[in-house]
Amino acid sequence: MVTTAERLLQDNLSLFEAMHKQAHDNEPKRVAIVASKGTLDMVYPPLILASSAAAMGMECAVFFTFYGLNALHKTKSRSLQVSPIANPAAPMPVPNILGAIPGMTSVATWMLKSMMRKQNVPTAAELIKVCQDSGVKLIACTTTMGVMGVKEEDLIPGVNMEGAAAFLEFASKAHVTLFV
Amino acid sequence: MSTAVTPDLVIDASKTLCPVPVLKARQGMDQLKRGQVLKLIATDPGSKADIPSFARVAGHELVSTEHSAKQFVFLVRKGGK
Repeated sequence: MVTTAERLLQDNLSLFEAMHKQAHDNEPKRVAIVASKGTLDMVYPPLILASSAAAMGMECAVFFTFYGLNALHKTKSRSLQVSPIANPAAPMPVPNILGAIPGMTSVATWMLKSMMRKQNVPTAAELIKVCQDSGVKLIACTTTMGVMGVKEEDLIPGVNMEGAAAFLEFASKAHVTLFV
Repeated sequence: MSTAVTPDLVIDASKTLCPVPVLKARQGMDQLKRGQVLKLIATDPGSKADIPSFARVAGHELVSTEHSAKQFVFLVRKGGK
């Protein structure tokens, strides 16, 4: 037996599909990013993507976990470094083995920072400010906070503290999900 | 082709790299009313693709793109809300 409701649905399937599509086309696009790395070179990609997403009107959240949490740390975020060890792409004019010499991490960090400054690249702190001002949700992983002994007052103001389930709920409705 | 359109705001994002041109485009849009036009100047080669994408996703109209060897000039009309 085909009910009236079923027949109505069958007869108007393409119309309902179009209505459904239009409703979803009008929803803002959503971006969910996990930031898991704490070196200077690796905090940039999630922050660049998040700030751009917000600028384009997308809804964005970044979940900072493990070393990635350093980007939200009041003091540690100011001393992010890039290591030349096991990083043959590091901006060093010397053979990579010399990267193991004490002080070479500072040299590589100084070099990368000066290269970025020369190209007017915003600092990580400036990008975080842009993210906050444009409504990106910055999330500190509470497990990481516990493991690393990071307190709420150690983090820059205005960040959210959540666990995996809350982020997954947000990410389950995302159009873009990235793990950095 | 863009000579007929007079921009309401000009932003120079020259000598910056991604994401700065897009962030500046957004800042510009925030200052304009719907229908007004932003002229954005950029030198980042990525902006050639980025600004049109920004306009499409954010609901603005890319009126024109001009590029010389040195720079890109975009005219973007504010759309959306």
